[in-house]
Amino acid sequence: MGYSLRICHLYPDLMNLYGDRGNVMVLRQRALWRGIGVEIINVSLGDRTDLAECDIIFVGGGQDKEQSLICHDFRMVKGSSLAEAIEADAAVLAICGGYQLLGQKYLTHTGEEMPGLGVIDVWTRGGTRRLIGNVVIQSDLDGSDQTLVGFENHSGQTFLGSGVRPLGRVISGNGNNGQDRTEGAVYRNTVGTYLHGSLLPKNPWLADWLLTQALQRKYGEVELAALDDELEESAHRAALRRAGSQ
Amino acid sequence: MFQLSLESLFAFWAGKMLIKLARWTGHGGTSLSGKWARRLSPTILRELSRQCRHGVICVTGTNGKTTTSSLLASMLGQAGFTVLHNRSGANLIFGITTAFIARARWNGRLDCDYGLIEVDEATMPQAVREMPVTAVLVTNVFRDQLDRYGELDTTVAYIDRGVRELGPGAVLALNADDPRVAAIGSSRSDLDRVYFGIDCRAVAQAELTAAADARRCANCGNEFEYSSIYYAHLGDYICPACHYRRPEPTVALSGLAQETFRLSHLAIKTPNGSFEAILTLPGLYNAYNALAAAALAWRLGVAASAIVRALGVAGSVFGRTEEIPVGDRNLFMVLIKNPTGANEVLRTLLAQETGRTWVIAINDRFADGEDVSWLWDVDFECLAGAGPERIIVSGIRAEDMAVRLKYAGVPVERIAVENELARALDAGLAQVSPGETLVVLPTYTCMLELRELVAQRGYARRYWEV
Repeated sequence: MGYSLRICHLYPDLMNLYGDRGNVMVLRQRALWRGIGVEIINVSLGDRTDLAECDIIFVGGGQDKEQSLICHDFRMVKGSSLAEAIEADAAVLAICGGYQLLGQKYLTHTGEEMPGLGVIDVWTRGGTRRLIGNVVIQSDLDGSDQTLVGFENHSGQTFLGSGVRPLGRVISGNGNNGQDRTEGAVYRNTVGTYLHGSLLPKNPWLADWLLTQALQRKYGEVELAALDDELEESAHRAALRRAGSQ
Repeated sequence: MFQLSLESLFAFWAGKMLIKLARWTGHGGTSLSGKWARRLSPTILRELSRQCRHGVICVTGTNGKTTTSSLLASMLGQAGFTVLHNRSGANLIFGITTAFIARARWNGRLDCDYGLIEVDEATMPQAVREMPVTAVLVTNVFRDQLDRYGELDTTVAYIDRGVRELGPGAVLALNADDPRVAAIGSSRSDLDRVYFGIDCRAVAQAELTAAADARRCANCGNEFEYSSIYYAHLGDYICPACHYRRPEPTVALSGLAQETFRLSHLAIKTPNGSFEAILTLPGLYNAYNALAAAALAWRLGVAASAIVRALGVAGSVFGRTEEIPVGDRNLFMVLIKNPTGANEVLRTLLAQETGRTWVIAINDRFADGEDVSWLWDVDFECLAGAGPERIIVSGIRAEDMAVRLKYAGVPVERIAVENELARALDAGLAQVSPGETLVVLPTYTCMLELRELVAQRGYARRYWEV
C-alpha cells in the first residue's frame, strides 16, 4: 500500500523571513525520494482549512509586524484545529515566531501582554538585545545522542514550563533565552525552536524524525528507507566547524 | 589657507599616510584610514565634506547602490561636474571618510562640485548628520543581511531617520514601484520628491516570487493588489482597504528591449520630454538602476544627451558584474548577496543560456551576512532542468550551497564541492574550452578573494586601481 502525507505550510507568505520554507522543501523531497506521496497545502490569513486533517504542520518565523498581523488569526481562526492536531500527535515544527505563538503568552519589553495559543507550556518575554549567531545543540529527541546546527536571530527570550522538555542543550550560541542553556521545546510530536538555517536541510535526522512520527501515527509501525545523506552530513559538519571557530 | 582645524589636519595627514601605506604594502584596505582619522578627529568628515560646492548626494537601498551611484557619477561627469565618489563600494562611515581623505589634497582642500556617496542603509542617519546632504536616492528595500539589522522594517526605519534629518528643500528620489520606499519621508512635505518607476506592461511578470518582501500595505496590513509586477514586490500596486497606491512616477521607464545579453534599449519619459538610450548592462535590475540614476540626474539639471552618453558607456562596475579574459577563456563574475538579486541574476543568465560550467561561492563572513538561510529563499529550482552542466560550489559554506542545489532538484552528479576558491577557479577553468565562458557567482568576500586570485595571475587590475 502506498503511503502519503499531507503537509501544511502555515502562513508561507507572511512567516518566511529567514529561508524557513527550506524546511518544507526538505520534508517534501525526503518523502518523495522514498516513494511517499506528498500533498502540500499553503494556509494563510482567513483560511479555515481543518488542520486536524494534516499529518505535518510547519510554521516559520516572521517580522514583528507580520507576526502581529497573524496573531489574531492564529488564535481565533487556526487555534482550535491546530490545538486539536497537536493533542492528537500530529508532527509539528514551529520556528521562531511560530514557536512563540504556540506558547502561553508574550510579554513585550514595554510590559504589554499578548496571549499565545497556550497549547505548549512555554512563555516569552521581549528582550532589548537581539540574540544572533550560529547555534549548536545536543538533542536526544530520537533516542540517540544527536547534534542540531542552525542560526538564531531573535529578541524574544523563551522560558519553559513543566509541561514540555527542551529540544536540546546548548553547546554553542544562546538558545531559548541565553541563560539556562536550553534550546527549543518538545511536547508530544510538536517541536518548537529558534533555529533557522534552514534547519532541516543540515539536520536530516530531524526531518526523518518528523516524517516517521507522521507515518506511524497514520499507518502504525513504519521504518523509513535510508537515503544517501553525504552532502547533508558534510554541511552539518561544516556548520559545526563554523560554530566552533567563532 | 587650510580648510581644516588643526586637529583635523593632523588626523587627515595620518589618514593619508595610512592610505599610502596600504597601497604600498599591497593591502587594499579601504576603511582603515578613515577609522584612525576619525579616532584622532571626530569632525574630520564634517570638515572635509562641507567643501563640496553643491553638497553631497547619498545613494542607499538594498540592491543596486554601487551600479546606480556609478551611473549617476558618470552622468554628472558628462554634464561637466566634478564628482567625488566612493567607488570601491566601502559604504560604512569609515569607508566614506576614507573616500574623502583619499580625494582631498595634502593641504586638506577638496575641489569638487558633488560628493556622491553610496551609503549602507544603517549608516544613513549618521551620514546625513555629518555631511551636507542635498539629495538622497533610495533604490529599493529587500531582505538582505537581516542577521545584521534584524528585520526589514528596521532597515526602512534607518533610511527614514536619515531622511527626516535632511535640510529643507533637499531632493528625495524614490522608487515608486517599491511600496516601502515610496512611503519614505512622507512626514516631510517640504522635500523635493522625484519618483521613478516602470510604465511598461511588456516587461511585467506573471506572478510574485517567493522572495517578495513587501506584499502587504505598511499602513493597514492588507494585501496589495498589483496590476503589474516587474520583479519581487516591485510593481504597480494599490491597497484595496486604505487605497494607498503607487505614486505616479515623475520619471518613468516607458520601454525596455533586451537586444543582446549586455545591451538593452531604454525609453525614458520625463516631464520635459522623452528620450531613448542604449544601456550596456544586462537585466531588468540594471534598467532600474539606470532609471534611478537618470531620474535624479534629470532633477539636478543634467541634459538628456549627457544621460544618454553615460548609459551608453556604462560597461560594468567593480565586482558587481565583470568580464575578465583569462588566457584564451573568459571569466564572467556576478555578485550574489540576497534572494532578490540572486533571482534576477539567475533569470538573466538562463535567458541568455550563458556558461556550461558555473562556480557558486558562498562565504558567511560579516560582510557577506553570517546567516546563509537566504540561500533557501533563492529560486535555484530553475537550474534543475536547464542551466549549467556542471556547478562547482565553493567558499566557507560550499556544503550549504550543495545541499540547496540538491533539494532544488539539481542531480548530485552535476554538483562538485571544492571549499578552496583557488582550486574551484582552476577546476572551473579546466572545464571550459578555449573561447568559452566560466560563470562565477560569488558572495562579497568570495568576490574580493577571487579578484585577488585573478590579479595575482596577472589577468585583472587590483581594485583600488579601477
